[in-house]
Amino acid sequence: MALPAYECPMVVVGAGPAGLCAALEAAEAGIRALVMDENERGGGQLYKQIHRFFGSRHHGAGKRGFEIAAEMVEGCERAGVEIRLSSAVLGCFPGGELLVDGPEGVYLLRPQATVLATGAAERCFPFAGWTLPGVMGAGAAQTLLNVHGVLPGKRVLMVGAGNVGLIVAYQLLQAGAEVAGVVEAERGSRGYEVHLQRVRREGVPVYFRHRLLAAEGDEGVEAALVESVDEGRVRRFRVDALCLAVGLVPQAELAAMRGCRIAYADELGGFLPWHDREMRTSVPGVYVAGDAAGVEEASVAMDEGRLAAVAAAEDLGALDGARAAAKRKELLARLEGLRGGPTASHIRRARARLNAG
Amino acid sequence: MDLRVRRHPVLGDMGGGDEVTIFVDGRPLPARAGEPIAAALYAAGIRATRYSRGKGEARGPFCMVGRCTECAMTVDGIENVRTCVTPVRDGMRVDTPGVRRHGPARV
Repeated sequence: MALPAYECPMVVVGAGPAGLCAALEAAEAGIRALVMDENERGGGQLYKQIHRFFGSRHHGAGKRGFEIAAEMVEGCERAGVEIRLSSAVLGCFPGGELLVDGPEGVYLLRPQATVLATGAAERCFPFAGWTLPGVMGAGAAQTLLNVHGVLPGKRVLMVGAGNVGLIVAYQLLQAGAEVAGVVEAERGSRGYEVHLQRVRREGVPVYFRHRLLAAEGDEGVEAALVESVDEGRVRRFRVDALCLAVGLVPQAELAAMRGCRIAYADELGGFLPWHDREMRTSVPGVYVAGDAAGVEEASVAMDEGRLAAVAAAEDLGALDGARAAAKRKELLARLEGLRGGPTASHIRRARARLNAG
Repeated sequence: MDLRVRRHPVLGDMGGGDEVTIFVDGRPLPARAGEPIAAALYAAGIRATRYSRGKGEARGPFCMVGRCTECAMTVDGIENVRTCVTPVRDGMRVDTPGVRRHGPARV
């Protein structure tokens, strides 16, 4: 049985900050992009974020994540961008066809340009008791809390003191949970100082140079064992939830299936589709943006989405070289600013390595 | 056990959570309209959504975005439904797959 197939100029996979900004930028160049997302609403992970964002006016600074998400979705509606929700892109075939499973059924899309903005998945690591109910990703806890209004536990231990761990720890407090502590194997936090201090001000101890050994329990987590790396002393925390904020991994499956070259950059989350500074992958007509192109921040994802759309529009002949170059120059300068801080030195290093080949 | 957040300093009033009733292994459970099954269960302290096929160990929601399938349950007779991305419906029957065989985990 042949599946129905539809031609279209541009498909963006993922309606998060990267995908929506790619679609908005494409619309400015006169290309009507089709945005596909498996979730019931657009905005990606932004609609789970209740804290105010930093950055500049280009990135919604001072607004809360869910407000930025709503604005981007509205912007797409105004620009005539179609966002197909509950529509999972299951495959990206070597010929460029995309296999979609959506409310209309299963069908194929044949785009001239494809922007992969599939985001990232939470990283996990194995330890004794890691399969116990109550052990979950910090992002999962955030979804339970901020979207569904349910606490992951009454007393929670957070593993990982990066931005995600610190922000979710604070959000747990805001929602009325107790946070027994934040455990971090490194000597310090890679997150922003403001997030670290906010958690500490609330009286939450942050245990640097400590590592998680095990989760204990019967039908679910009842305790967590944590060891100090330097002294070897083991401490038992009585908790009913254990949240893992130990990094994110780019979702590169569709790019790999399409035949895009895959590169490795530990600082950006691991394996990711290789891409140039303009967000072109190794396969003509396939572009990548946002966390799928290396895990960074939502503001970076927005500008990467725009960069990818500029490259696609140029390649499709919708933008002439001079206009594309002007837009690119502005976007690259903005990205350089976003990556300019002292906590982003590892990102700059990884990006330089990636761009060198 | 009640893990529901009813008033939130940023999100405001989040509702009571008894608009619909689902039946979990035959027992009635109140739920908020539109919330995923896994959220309704978790709110009531039901953390084990299935028992593993091999050892019969409890498993529960891990990713809450439909990725990990740890929360897959039998819903209205259909097996392997990802309960973290499937909204509740009034009268829905939710059954816990697998048989518990494993004793308490102690290290």
